[in-house]
Parts: sequence; structure tokens; C-alpha cells
Amino acid sequence: MTNDQMGVNKPADASAASAAAEAPMPAGGGSRNMANSARAILSGVARWEVLLVIILAVVVWWGTRISPNYIQPDFWNSLNFGASVSGTMEVAIMALAMTPIIIMGDIDLSVESMVGLSGAVLGTLFVAGIPLQLGIPIVLVVGALGGLFNGLLVTRWGLPALVVTLGTLALFRGLCNVVLGTSYVSNFPSNFTAFGFGYVPGTDVPWTLLTFLVLAAVFCAVMHYTWIGRQIFSVGKNKDAARYSGVRVARVRTAMFVVSGMVAAFAGVILALRYNSVRADNGTNLTLVVVTIAVLGGVDINGGKGTIPGVIIAVFTLAALQSALRLAGVSSEYQNVAIGLLLIFSVITPQLARQLRVLVDRIRQSRRRPARDPVPGEVVR
Amino acid sequence: MTQSKPSPSESNAASPGVIPPVALSGVSKRFGATQALADVSLALLPGEVHGLVGENGAGKSTIVKVLAGIHQPDSGAVLLDGKPVLLHGPAQARSLGIAVVHQEPRLFPDLTVAENVFMGHTPKGSLGSVNWREMVRSSDRIFESLSVQIDPTAVVRGLSMADQQLIEIAKALSVEARVLVLDEPTASLSAHEVERLFAIVRQTRDRGVAVLFVSHRLEEVFQLCERATVLRDGRHVITAPTTELTAPDLVRHMVGRAVTMFPRSHAQIGDMLLEVRGLTRLGAFRDISFSVHAGEIVGLAGLVGAGRTEVARVLFGLDRADSGEVLFAGKRVSFKTPSEALGAGIAYVPEDRHLDGLVSSFSIAENVTLPILPRLFPRLFTRKNTERDLAADYVGQLRIRSTGVDELVEALSGGNQQKVVIAKWLATKPKVLILDEPTRGVDIGAKAEVHRIISDLAAAGLGIVLISSELPEVLAMSDRILVLHEGRIETEIPRAEATEERVMFAATGQNAEEIVSGA
Repeated sequence: MTNDQMGVNKPADASAASAAAEAPMPAGGGSRNMANSARAILSGVARWEVLLVIILAVVVWWGTRISPNYIQPDFWNSLNFGASVSGTMEVAIMALAMTPIIIMGDIDLSVESMVGLSGAVLGTLFVAGIPLQLGIPIVLVVGALGGLFNGLLVTRWGLPALVVTLGTLALFRGLCNVVLGTSYVSNFPSNFTAFGFGYVPGTDVPWTLLTFLVLAAVFCAVMHYTWIGRQIFSVGKNKDAARYSGVRVARVRTAMFVVSGMVAAFAGVILALRYNSVRADNGTNLTLVVVTIAVLGGVDINGGKGTIPGVIIAVFTLAALQSALRLAGVSSEYQNVAIGLLLIFSVITPQLARQLRVLVDRIRQSRRRPARDPVPGEVVR
Repeated sequence: MTQSKPSPSESNAASPGVIPPVALSGVSKRFGATQALADVSLALLPGEVHGLVGENGAGKSTIVKVLAGIHQPDSGAVLLDGKPVLLHGPAQARSLGIAVVHQEPRLFPDLTVAENVFMGHTPKGSLGSVNWREMVRSSDRIFESLSVQIDPTAVVRGLSMADQQLIEIAKALSVEARVLVLDEPTASLSAHEVERLFAIVRQTRDRGVAVLFVSHRLEEVFQLCERATVLRDGRHVITAPTTELTAPDLVRHMVGRAVTMFPRSHAQIGDMLLEVRGLTRLGAFRDISFSVHAGEIVGLAGLVGAGRTEVARVLFGLDRADSGEVLFAGKRVSFKTPSEALGAGIAYVPEDRHLDGLVSSFSIAENVTLPILPRLFPRLFTRKNTERDLAADYVGQLRIRSTGVDELVEALSGGNQQKVVIAKWLATKPKVLILDEPTRGVDIGAKAEVHRIISDLAAAGLGIVLISSELPEVLAMSDRILVLHEGRIETEIPRAEATEERVMFAATGQNAEEIVSGA
């Protein structure tokens, strides 16, 4: 029925044309309302998180088809989904800290080098006879200082976070090499390494998973239920409006880099304890995985959008996929190919959806226009 | 490319029967709620400088942009030699011989002068390479014909504003221009540079080019133009030879817009809240002094670029002053950030609500509480109900039409968005409220409501600074009007003595005695 509107374009009889233009208006309006409500339902149900859960379910189903041991009988056994999850926890907690940074339109590429640096400092202190009880807090301070350095360069000097943290990616790794050289540190006390690969007593839950879940709860609360989170989103959506509204934009951004540095340092500690070893190349190539998890979790790489629950689901989806690929006998090189494709997929999908929406809007507008103002006598071609 | 040369006999100005090389015929253009141009016709004749004057928002820039091919008319047409053409973009307009020099030079700062002059039609050598020697020589020739000395091989960055303006003109003349459009070309030039520019314009005119000279400096229009057109509210008011017009005539044609205003209720004027003494920010404004009392509305009038917004930005902590002082409630203050200004009790409703005023994908409630989040939720956790109740309060008070406080502001109409911006700043419970163009792009009904709100706020004891380019608005709302002209306070007019003519005269830098003799 809306196709009939196209007939109005014929400049035959002006009065007939305008009469015809009147008639389809309610019909056009009705279809618009329908489209709007359809879109509302879409944005409510077909959210990215829901899609992710479906992907997760499919991957797990596929995993169990490859091997019944994928989730059964011993959930946390090696090679299966559970082990893959507990092996992902360092990148998982870093992805939590990366989320507010990307939401504000920044990025922190230096996290993997901070993982290495914190391990190096921890190991060196340990060798020097400083106990881990003291070493770990010192390492967290190092992480915070590294993050502060990133944050101040970005906010005080107005430099792009991409370039600054690319610089500190090299800088922190360089420092890590200076501190550790080619040596490595091992033999951390067993009560600490148990934190790296042990379970919470009396349960099947690894300590690292528990740590992630606690941190995830904290990040979720801060991002979605406090005014700090609200300010973070406002910065990501419109920096100027946030500044005019009294949000101390520079301070919030710097603070989130500090948090990211600290969390990366903590991830370095977990990694050191889980491997029971510290080497200068600890954590290499983790940034890619961290950013992949955040983006797969629905965090808009352009800032302004994202949720912690989405990132949490993305952690499990990625772990499930890695584990299933391993079970299927896919080599680690090809697993990287899969991660790369996944990253591109998760950036492209929302973009495609957006373009589709724009296209639909354009088509609808071009249909409405002739109905609104009949073409005047003078047509300029 | 069309290259017909107008014969010298045609350069006889205003002679009827001459087909103008460029004309507008019944052009209308609408932007959202604003009718920027309504049925405007205008003919530019060869060998004539045509002045175009009008208040802010009268439609001057829209005409320039239509001629430049940036905007396409909704109805009506641009006529080239009497034939309608559709200008798709600046490149096409230029190839048809319409050369436009915009108010701000739009050059590539890191390229050389010659490259800028020939941007888009670089002389080609063998194999399509750039013929540098030819380009430099041609640039030299153009500059020579304009009798100016600019090195074509110099990089543009670092050249003075005046030189950049001249490069723009050289660029415009590097193609065989039949029409030269100059949009407020003298805004950033010194008196000497203006003289030089005028000489070049006259010389261009004498070569048979039709010139459109847009300016708000009336004396320049009389100096340079043979004919002048006045626009008001996007409508053509009058076109006449400048010899038959006087400055007071022009001003009278520019003002006098018919606007229904909300009647101002009178407020008790109380203590002094804000005092500004000798405030100066280099390059923006100098020696600004005024005061605002409780219950008082102080209007800041002036043309675009007079420095009104810049003053507001300093008061709100967005920029720093170079000298002078600000006293707030008797204490000397110097805000480094908006959050400090908000904390002290100054709120600023910015000029551009989309860019600076609102987070458009936040709900009404989220926008209203954004500036007061730490105060509203000292325990860190936000509570939806507290937020909704507070927002609902303002939605009712300001009569914001929406489906509820959870509606996203991007779904609201312009007027209602503006009310959300005002609600947001009212929620901070300010003592002084600075409103920058609060009714821009807002439809008439919503305008009256915004005026009612402002009036009520003054009655409730707020000190209000109202920046507005709409003269009737400033006149109807303000207790006192400060008129800024080129960064200085030209004059202060009390409510009883304020007329549109007086304000416009001061805003265009004319001295006040002229009105008396003119009227």
C-alpha cells in the first residue's frame, strides 16, 4: 500500500496529487509506529548479551559433541571447558578493567607489559628476601603508578590513548627486561601458588575464578549502579556535555587508567603464581585477548556503550571456544586465527546492524517525502 | 566551464533589462523549526558591489551557502544567466564561476600558499605531475594583479589572518570568477588591511565581476557598495541604491521583527550576586565590567563574535581570564573547572545544546541529575526512584512534554530538549544562571514558555545573565542590556531607554548620537 505513494511523483494534476498525498499519510504513520515498536522490542530482547548466550550455548553443545568430557564428569579437569575458564582468569579480570576505559573512548594497550613488569618486580623482590605478603602490595602500587603515568599523559597532554599506551607497552616490557634480564624466578611458597591453580577448600571452584567473580561483581556494581559509572558513561557518550555538567572528565579518565594498571599488575601476580614462575616474557600477546573479550562482550570500541554482564559472558564464550577448538585438535596457530576472526566479527556485527537501520530509515524517509510536500511547479534538474 | 565575459556596457549598475549573471529567485530554506530563508529574490549585477546586511540569523549566511552550493534551496532556484541551476557542491559552484570567500579562511595550513590557491585545479605537467613552476608563477601573477606581496612558496601556517583572507580571495580569482561572494571578510582585519581589501574588491568589480559583500559594519557597506539588500527573519526587506539610504534607515529595516513575547513579571531586585571587574581574555574580550543582582536579568546583546559566549565561558570556569577579577557573593573567585563554578552556584546553559548541553542517549532523568550526582547520592549508589522523582518535579514545573522521565532526550522536540537543559541546571540550585541563546531553534510556543521560566526564576531571586541574538527577546526580558561590540562593552542601556535601534546601533559600533540626528 505504501508503494502507491510513489505515484505522487507524477506531476499530473496538482490538486489530485495533493489529495492523493493526504490519503496515505495515516498508513505511513501506522507503519512507522509499528517499526518503532518493533525496534523497541528488538533492542529489549535481541540485545547483544542474548546473542552471546546463544553463541555460548552453541559452542558448549559443539564441545560436548566433540568429547563427552567437555563438561562431564569432572568439570575442572584438564583440557575441558572448566580448565579453560580458570586459565583465562588473568585476561578476564583485565577485560573488566578495560571496559570502562573503552567505554570512555580510550584504550589501554599496555596491560600485557604491566603483567610482565609486575611479575618481574614480584620475582626480584622475592629473590631479595622480601616475602610475598609485602611484595604483592608493592607490585600493585607499581601497577597503579604505571596506570597513573598513562592517564596523565592522556589527560594532561591531550595525547591519544592508543599512542600513549602503545608507547608504554614497549616501555613497561623494556623495564621488565631490565629488571629480570634472561633469568627467571621460581619456587614461590606453595601456600601462595595454591592461589594460582588450587581450589577453594571444599568446592570445585578455582581460587582464580572466585577472584574474577568477586571483581566482576564490584565492576558491575560500580559501572551500572553508582554515579561513578554514570559519569563514566556520560564521558563516553559526550565528553563536552559531561564537562559542562561538572564531571571532572580528566580525573575520571586518569582514575580508570590507574585501576587498569593495578588490575594488570594483579593479573601478573596471578599468572606468576599459576605458572609458579616469572620470566621476562610473561603475559606477551595478552592485550589482544583482553580487547577481544571486551569487544565481544558488546563494548563499543568507539566508546559510550557496553555492559559488564556482556563482558562476563564473553569471558566464558571465549574460554568455551578455545577449549572446544583444542579438543577438536585445532593447533594453537589456528586458534589465534579464530580469535582474530571473532574480534572482527564482534566489531562488524553491530556496525552491520547500524547500517541496516540507517538504510531502513532512509528508505522510509524517501517514501514519506513526496507525501509531505508536493513538488512545486518549478523542478530543477 | 562557462566563460562568457560581461561586456563593459552591462556593468552599468541597476539598469533594468540586464540579465544578471547570478540571481536568487524565490529561494526558501528551512532547518528544522527555523525558516532560514523565505522566498528571497536577489540579483547580482556585473560591475557592482552589492551589500547584504541583517541581524544575526537574518539569513545572510544561508544565502552565502546556497550560492556556494553547500545548501540546496527547498524551493526556488539559483539562476545563472537567467537559467535555473542546481548547485550540488562547492566544486561545482566554483566551476560555474561563483567564487565564495567564507568568513573564516578555510585553508590547508601545512601546504604552501600556491598549493592553496590552486587547490582542486592544480596545473598539471607531464604524466599528471604537479607543475610547480607554473603554479608558483600563476600565483605570483594573481598576487601582483591584487598588488599584494605574499610569497607563493611560503607555508600558510603562521601567516596573518589578513594574508590568509587575501589568499582566499586569490584562490577565488584563480578561476575565472563571474561572481565573488565575500562573507564578513573584514571581521578580523585591521583598518589598514580593510583599506587594502576594499581596493582589491573595487578593482575586481571594475573588471566586470559581480560582488556580494556580506557585512554587519554599516559604514563599510556605504563605503563600498552601490546597492544594498536588507534581510530580516529570512525575508527580503528592501533592496536600494546606497545613495538613497542612510545608516538609521538600514538599522530600522534590520530590526522590528514581529515576535510575540511572554510578558515579563517584575521581580524585587536584591543583593549583588556577581560582579565582574575589568575582565580580559586576550583575543576574545577586554575590560568587561558589570554586575548582576538577585532577581535581575542582565541582557548581553551583540553580534556573533562580539565576545558574549567567551565571557560566559570564563565565568563558568571553562576558560581562564588573562586579567581582571570576578567577585561572587562578595568573594573573589577564579574557577578552574565547571565543577567548581557549579559548586559555588553558577550555572551555564550552553549555546549548543546538542554538543554541550545534553547527553542525547541518556534519559531525561539521567540528564537532569548528571551535574548533581555526587550531591544526590552521597553513598555512591544511584537510586532510580530518587532520580525519577526529582526529574518528574522539573518536568512538571517546566512543562516538559514527554512520555515520562525515562524517555531518551534525543526523542524530544527541540523546545523540550532545551527545557531539559534548563531543568538540569536548575537542579544544581544555582544563584546565578547564565543562559546562552536559550531559545535558538525552538518553536514559538516553546519560546514563550522558556521566557516564562526565565521570568519566574528571576522572580524567585536568581540573578540571570541572558545572552541572546534576538533583539526582541533581550529587550522584553532584560532589566539592563549590555551591548558588546568586538570584545568590549559598547554601552549599557537601562530597560526604560532600550529600543531595538539603540541596541543595534551599539552592536554595529555606531555612536549613539547618530540615531538622534537620524531619527
